[in-house]
Amino acid sequence: MLCFTWLLLPLLLLSAARQAPADLSATGQPGHALARSAEDHEDGGASHHGGGYKIVQWEWSYVQTPYIIAIWLLVASVAKILFHFSQRFTTVVPESCVLILLGLVLGAVVLIANKKQLYQLDPGLFFLFLLPTIVGDAGYFMPSRLFFDNLGAILMYAVVGTLWNAFCTGFCLYGVKLAGVIDDKVQAGLMEFLLFGALISAVDPVAVLAVFEEVHVNEMLFIIVFGESLLNDAVTVVLYKVYISFVEVGPGNVQTADYFKGVASFLVVSIGGTMVGLIFAVILAFITRFTKKVRIIEPLFIFLLVYLAYLTAELFSLSAILSMTFCGIGCNKYVEANISQKSRTTVKYTMKTLASIAETIIFIFLGISAVDKSKWAWDTGLIACTLIFIFVFRAMGVVGQTWILNKFRLVPLEKIDQVVMSYGGLRGAVAFALVVLLDGEQVKAKDYFVATTIVVVFFTVMFQGLTIKPLVKWLKVPRSTNRKPTINEEIHERAFDHILAAIEDIAGLNGYHHWRDKWEQFDKNYLSKLLLRKSVYHKSELWEAYQKINIRDAISVIDQGGNILTSARLSLPSMASRTSFPEVTNVTNYLRENGSGVCLDLQVIDTNPGAKVEEETETHHVLAGNLYKPRRRYQSHYSRHFMTVGDQERQEREVFQRNMRNRLESFKSTHYKRHKKDRSQKKARAQLHLSQLLLLLTSRVKPTNTQLRLGMTQAELVLKREGCSEENKGERSEPDKDEDVGITFVARKGSETPKERPKSVPAALEVCQSPSVAPPSPTCGEKNLPWKGGIGTLPPCVSVEATKIIPIDLQQAWNQSISSLESLASPPVPQEPQHPRVSALYRLSGPPRPPPPPPPVPGQFQFPGGKEEEEESALSQQQEPWLKKQPILSQLCTETKRNQHST
Amino acid sequence: MGSRASSLLREEDIEEIKKETGFSHSQITRLYSRFHSLDKGENGALSREDFQRIPELAINPLGDRIINAFFPEGEDQVNFRGFMRTLAHFRPVEDNEKNKDPSAGEPLNSRNNKLLFAFRLYDLDRDDKISRDELLQVLRMMVGVNISDEQLGSIADRTIQEADTNGDMCISFSEFIKVLEKVDVEQKMSIRFLH
Repeated sequence: MLCFTWLLLPLLLLSAARQAPADLSATGQPGHALARSAEDHEDGGASHHGGGYKIVQWEWSYVQTPYIIAIWLLVASVAKILFHFSQRFTTVVPESCVLILLGLVLGAVVLIANKKQLYQLDPGLFFLFLLPTIVGDAGYFMPSRLFFDNLGAILMYAVVGTLWNAFCTGFCLYGVKLAGVIDDKVQAGLMEFLLFGALISAVDPVAVLAVFEEVHVNEMLFIIVFGESLLNDAVTVVLYKVYISFVEVGPGNVQTADYFKGVASFLVVSIGGTMVGLIFAVILAFITRFTKKVRIIEPLFIFLLVYLAYLTAELFSLSAILSMTFCGIGCNKYVEANISQKSRTTVKYTMKTLASIAETIIFIFLGISAVDKSKWAWDTGLIACTLIFIFVFRAMGVVGQTWILNKFRLVPLEKIDQVVMSYGGLRGAVAFALVVLLDGEQVKAKDYFVATTIVVVFFTVMFQGLTIKPLVKWLKVPRSTNRKPTINEEIHERAFDHILAAIEDIAGLNGYHHWRDKWEQFDKNYLSKLLLRKSVYHKSELWEAYQKINIRDAISVIDQGGNILTSARLSLPSMASRTSFPEVTNVTNYLRENGSGVCLDLQVIDTNPGAKVEEETETHHVLAGNLYKPRRRYQSHYSRHFMTVGDQERQEREVFQRNMRNRLESFKSTHYKRHKKDRSQKKARAQLHLSQLLLLLTSRVKPTNTQLRLGMTQAELVLKREGCSEENKGERSEPDKDEDVGITFVARKGSETPKERPKSVPAALEVCQSPSVAPPSPTCGEKNLPWKGGIGTLPPCVSVEATKIIPIDLQQAWNQSISSLESLASPPVPQEPQHPRVSALYRLSGPPRPPPPPPPVPGQFQFPGGKEEEEESALSQQQEPWLKKQPILSQLCTETKRNQHST
Repeated sequence: MGSRASSLLREEDIEEIKKETGFSHSQITRLYSRFHSLDKGENGALSREDFQRIPELAINPLGDRIINAFFPEGEDQVNFRGFMRTLAHFRPVEDNEKNKDPSAGEPLNSRNNKLLFAFRLYDLDRDDKISRDELLQVLRMMVGVNISDEQLGSIADRTIQEADTNGDMCISFSEFIKVLEKVDVEQKMSIRFLH
């Protein structure tokens, strides 16, 4: 047991360090101990003892409380590290067991050192700080779909099951007491036993989480047991309070009305708690709509409001756990959509950290609390009976309820599920805290109850916790796979939902899917509109899911790869090799890519087409601004309030994206035939030219005449697309523009029109064909283009602007990079000037205006002549699709010309 | 009304339907009364218009596709038998059916048939392949108008790429099954019909 020696190490350290400080714990007599410890240390440590100025002062009393807390947290954390040293050990023994054992050892040390137990799991501390962190985490990250799918079963077990357990245990204990099995020393009547039954019967969320997380049973089983443990809080709270009041007034004085009051109280506590939680969820979601400028404190809002939901429920003595759980479940969808990716990560990690450490502390303190002579009032009869009863009644309750539930459930709960559910009824710290809270004056048998609770908790957590894993294995309970859904699963499962809802409607059943469908309509029409940022509201969940999956994949590719920053070579993707891929989509994809990302610079050059000198300086600036800088030129930057995306980050991201793109391409190309890829590259290159030309033209058109309505020319459609994608990007990423310009939403209206498109037309083709697409407001694309906003004041160094524009939000970058994985790679503009190519295109299409003279390009960026030729030949090979586009182009060009004349 | 409706249903029909679909007697009569109430033409068969009158289907993104799934190819009427046959796809798989010997033929609510139903919703031209265009159409139905065609296109590409094993840029039925093999289709494509 190497592990234990390791565990003892910090213990010894701690006990050595704590010998004196331990006396100062919150429960001890700080004054006396402080004086002693101060003496000790001043004798040994400070040389200037006795009067005068002391160079070193011992300020224990000043730091005492936070210091002890910090030390405890440290001990708990170190214990976790040590525990996980031994891989074999962790697979067998659940962490909670080890933590309790550690707590026992620590408690023994404290006891030996002080002759008196100083620490125990303080109910106040537990209910106000430790429990909320765990419940908050659980609620916020609750898989809501799974939860609501099984809500019926969860509620049944939580309400009926807990009541059943409580009453049966209480009555039977009273029965065996009358029968004389329990010693007479235990002075308790029916009410006391019912009270005890109420607090011991509730399955404990902390224990369930701790044990079940390691067992990895399938999700359904987990959610049912865990959901039950959360939702039974209301029952426990009410029963506990009712019985305490009954005990206070004495069983004889309880009137019939009091029972009804108890029932009413249950409704108020449970529904009230849920309501408080939902109200806070709405408030929280609403607040996060407006945190765009204060991203840095976004996570704080979440913690605060979720915690406030808990406290508010406590304030009104409602079910705080219910409140917090529903606050978390309710807000999750909206909050996650509203906040930035970084905030999401922060929230996730902080919550998990807090919950993990709270859990650790709870178990350690449970262990410590047990080592206390004053607590132990052992009665074998009571303990044995309690253990037997809670186990038997749990099993009976589960079997009986499951029998009823299975009549209604689509997926019946199998026998092995029932076994696991019965066995997984773990009791934990909630019961302990409740029993400690009992008033010893009122409840004479408190000490016996405390001891019994401790034994029950230890038995369920340690014995059942230890054995549940082998049991699950032995019973071959289906395990969870812990697998993220693929995009196919996302799509098809969504389709399944629609199908089921429709079938229920056809079959005339107002079933679950029917109501969920209704709810989703309501959510979409009202709730989401209220609680989601406009930019987010207009995004599809499917798209979000797609992006998430892409990010995950990309990360996993990187994880496997390493060597990220090597090749910055531009390789054109094989996407176009897909014959079914319509050309237009490719073009728009290009535009999107170019327009939204690196191609900023092209635009900048274009807005100053006049003087060659200007262009030269412009080019210089562009290059200076956009060339990747060597590492040492970065400036370090610190701001407490803003986490800017610095040049470095941007650069790394861009390079990273490009590499990713290449990799995925090469990855793909191993899958697809080689020759296909080659051909596609040429094709792609040709299209690249086209897209750039289009971009060039359109950008020139727009500033000169905002009234320009190309009607249904593809160019504008393309433009619109570009604008929209740009808008998506800009909107979320640039904090300021959104409000100032007020652009984005106008554009949305414009793009809503495709609704009318006939369903028979394939979506991709519509881009160029559908005449029903209304002309977008000409300002939409334009205003959204980040570089347009600053035409007048465009700083010489474009990249400065670009760094602001490009997302704070890393996900955005990913969107861009990843979606381009699928489409075609955009050229790294800063390094590859477009002009040679553009002029080549001009030559091809014969635009009415002479092309702008290619700007002087530093040697290292000049295209090798051979390459350009090759590209031209590639172009000519692609004459056919190219010709198709020509009408558009010439139209565009003439428009341009006309507009320029008119202005 | 239920009694009148069920009286129109002959006992031997019920038996046959029971055999074919696995629905219980009461389920069949219940669904028959539903069928009857949907049948505004009172001709013992449902037309597309009858289905389209169901208000919820109008807001179901896949509503029209699902309606179409009720109609055999080339027909625009569906009788009660056909109606039940389609609904039977969504009957949950019961315990005693799991161990039934395979020689008895595949029941309508088998995993494969459930998947096939979903697959047919995509596969408009019935060539047993979901092409990119077909997928895009369904995706377009399922997402809002706010997602651009490029975004949708990339989703479709990604979807196909993920599922496509033989490189034909289409999702065949076997690929469809493969890609959903980890999904609990039996559960996710079943609804609880009242007993």
